[in-house]
Amino acid sequence: MSSVNQLRVSLDHLHENFQEAYPGLTKQEAIEEANRCLYCYDAPCINACPTGINIPSFIKKIASGNLKGSAKAIMEANPIGASCARVCPTEELCEGACVLNHSTKPIRIGNLQRYATDWAIKNEQVLFEAGKRNGKTVAIVGGGPAGLAAARELARLGYEVTIFEAEEKAGGLNTYGIVSFRLPKEVSYWEVNQVKSLHVNIRTSTRVGQDISVDEIMNEHDMVLLAIGMSKVPDIGISGEELSGVYDAIEFVKETKTKPISNRLLGKRVAVIGAGNTAIDAATCSVRLGADNVKILYRRTMSEMTAYEFEYEFAKQDGVEFRWLTAPKRIIGDEEGNVKAIECIKMALGEQGEDGRCRPVPIEGSEFTLEVDAVIKAIGQSRYVELIEQFELEHMDGVVKIDPGTFQTSNKKVFACGDVIFGKGQGEAMVVSAAQQGKESAYAIHQVLSNPVSELA
Amino acid sequence: MAELRINLAGIESPNPFWLASAPPTNSGYQVQRAFEAGWGGAVWKTLGDPILNVSSRFAAVHFNGQKVAGFNNIELITDRPLEVNLREIYETKKRFPNHAIIASLMVEPKQEKWHEIVKRVEDVGVDGLELNFGCPHGMAERGMGAASGQVPELVEKQTYWAKEMAKTPVIVKLTPNITDITVTAEAAVNGGADAISMINTINSLAGVDIDTWNTIPHVAGKGAHGGYCGPAVKPIALNMVGECARNSRINVPISGIGGISNWKDAVEFMLMGATGVQVCTAAMHHGFRIVEDMIDGLNNYLDEKGLTSVMDLVGKSVPKYSDWGELDLNYKVVARINNDVCIKCNKCHISCEDTSHQCIDLLKDANGNSQLKVREEDCVGCNLCSIVCPVEGAIEMLEVPSELPPMTWNEHQAVIGAASGAIDPVAK
Repeated sequence: MSSVNQLRVSLDHLHENFQEAYPGLTKQEAIEEANRCLYCYDAPCINACPTGINIPSFIKKIASGNLKGSAKAIMEANPIGASCARVCPTEELCEGACVLNHSTKPIRIGNLQRYATDWAIKNEQVLFEAGKRNGKTVAIVGGGPAGLAAARELARLGYEVTIFEAEEKAGGLNTYGIVSFRLPKEVSYWEVNQVKSLHVNIRTSTRVGQDISVDEIMNEHDMVLLAIGMSKVPDIGISGEELSGVYDAIEFVKETKTKPISNRLLGKRVAVIGAGNTAIDAATCSVRLGADNVKILYRRTMSEMTAYEFEYEFAKQDGVEFRWLTAPKRIIGDEEGNVKAIECIKMALGEQGEDGRCRPVPIEGSEFTLEVDAVIKAIGQSRYVELIEQFELEHMDGVVKIDPGTFQTSNKKVFACGDVIFGKGQGEAMVVSAAQQGKESAYAIHQVLSNPVSELA
Repeated sequence: MAELRINLAGIESPNPFWLASAPPTNSGYQVQRAFEAGWGGAVWKTLGDPILNVSSRFAAVHFNGQKVAGFNNIELITDRPLEVNLREIYETKKRFPNHAIIASLMVEPKQEKWHEIVKRVEDVGVDGLELNFGCPHGMAERGMGAASGQVPELVEKQTYWAKEMAKTPVIVKLTPNITDITVTAEAAVNGGADAISMINTINSLAGVDIDTWNTIPHVAGKGAHGGYCGPAVKPIALNMVGECARNSRINVPISGIGGISNWKDAVEFMLMGATGVQVCTAAMHHGFRIVEDMIDGLNNYLDEKGLTSVMDLVGKSVPKYSDWGELDLNYKVVARINNDVCIKCNKCHISCEDTSHQCIDLLKDANGNSQLKVREEDCVGCNLCSIVCPVEGAIEMLEVPSELPPMTWNEHQAVIGAASGAIDPVAK
């Protein structure tokens, strides 16, 4: 293992590896950085933020010592602004748009956002109030970023909102899917509690379709918002996926956030299949679980990789090896049914596919075997098709069809936002985009419910 | 390598950088450290009857995360016995015979008091005297410092008394806490002052603690006004130096004081008529070592300008400083924005739109990128946009030719007086 890795990872106290990797800005750093902000007029960073946070305003408030106002400005625009401060690809969004890119160096907007929201978390601030009840009810299926954002806005508009959440805790991806050392679950819990404080009823451990029927939800609410996100990692379709030591990346990360840190990967060799952000999370988690060697196998090249640049850098600093143009062919087990190796084949890039990316083509005869003790699948997520069909909504392979202007599905009483509408050229995968869609869905629902000539009739 | 020596009313020093009479010049130990660091002179912390000081004495104004934009103090003159100070002055002068030591003095406005102290300090070998008519706090309540410095008759009389006894040059240090400093400057000259120095500190309250509601600083929950200095006061000081320098009745050298933090500030004061400068806050902020760059920077500047002596700077900008009525009403500059350098923060637009003359348009180019354009016909040349612009070279204030010959307000009024009803000769 690389020396860098040895510095970053403790093999004796694995749980320490899951503490947040970057300390926040100190007060002094925050004030200096905040004062560096030019306070642009019609600032491009605001336009680059999917939720339209008034960034110069919240930064000015940090500089003036008005941290409550700063946190409120952030959370007003983005109900999960504390999480986004940590997980947003800021160099592609706000910081990428900062005018100082053209003169010195961009303002560390993400870190300042974290500074202000950390203050609010630490000081147990409740930033918003519920609106006067208007007597109407909305059911939100799924308590992740999109669902929470919608709930917050609907509650402020006076709706009686119930979130149906399958898991034990709300927060979705932020609670379960993003590694602790980048996003501690306490941050997500605080955002959930901000929503709860607006008298939103969050019914956790309630899986719609099992614990409560779709009919009941449809009948007992004036509107329904589907924000169920995506499901587990699909099968690759190669032999050996059933072996012990083969993991679903989403489940793998979730375990590190919900159970005591296990030492079963200590000293082991791990192969991660895929090169998206979840693959990086699985790989860096493996390193922090004490794995001796972690490889990411990706059938395309670095240029096609969907992981953000900063995620890739983070993984490299953790000592993760990247094997480009490498696809798994089969997972090989020992006589006890444990993973012992993975057979791979080298690929070459061929013609452009429908998604604009070059298709990888196997190079015949290039098979080789890597000895590994675990294989983590991170090749995307499958869809809750069954549930979508119980709602009788039009969809394409589990991507719910919506009117992009209103987030209304084929059933006018059902709206949808977040990852459930992402794909097939529709929507955005970022957490921050889910939050924005949640807000917009809420306004769309309000538009319909507060309009007497509703199309619902 | 230019000559940095100055001669201020007969007081010579190896460079124009003196420490002002203040905490940095409280003792022989400090002044000797300062001379070792390179300071050319020191005005010893004001001598007089030793006083009692309070605890909690200084406060500063910080601006946007930058420390010490301004500095405030309620410390009084020396609290050490006169004999101790005199012994240390003697020892320091002996060790540094080529450096200037000036004794700052403050006594009650009585002839015998002035005679006595002048004699005693001159006996230990000081190079000059500085009469402290400026200290605005504490001492003023006892009729000294600014209290006597605000009364032209007292300035003149006390200067006269000091001069009756003095063998070394007498500098009169003036308070800025007065409507027109040239009045007291002239009084000092009439009293026989060999030079004047300005400014002393400005009456100030550094702040109020918004949690405890105490003043800043406070002494056991109570505050009193102090004296303000540091970078924030530089423009005030520079104007007062300029006003005295261009006044023909004030024909003595000026020692410039007030917010001088680096060699550039010193050059500005000298161009505006100061023969040398005195520094305090910058040294208190950073230590005596800052003088190294002051000397080095000044030297390089003089070389670059092809000047052989720093004295060549003295007063060069004074003829350019005048009354408003002497400014050319037909001179015109306009802002021009270089969109290639501009980083599109749009601060010029909003500052002009909201607070000036609404002449910077925020446009979109074919690609939807913002472009800023000045409507030059509406631009009054106020400079605001170029002031708020964070990028060097993005906004240029450009002189545009006038169709009319130069015409000042005073000339304009004279023309109107001569031929009322004639065509207005000023461009509108």
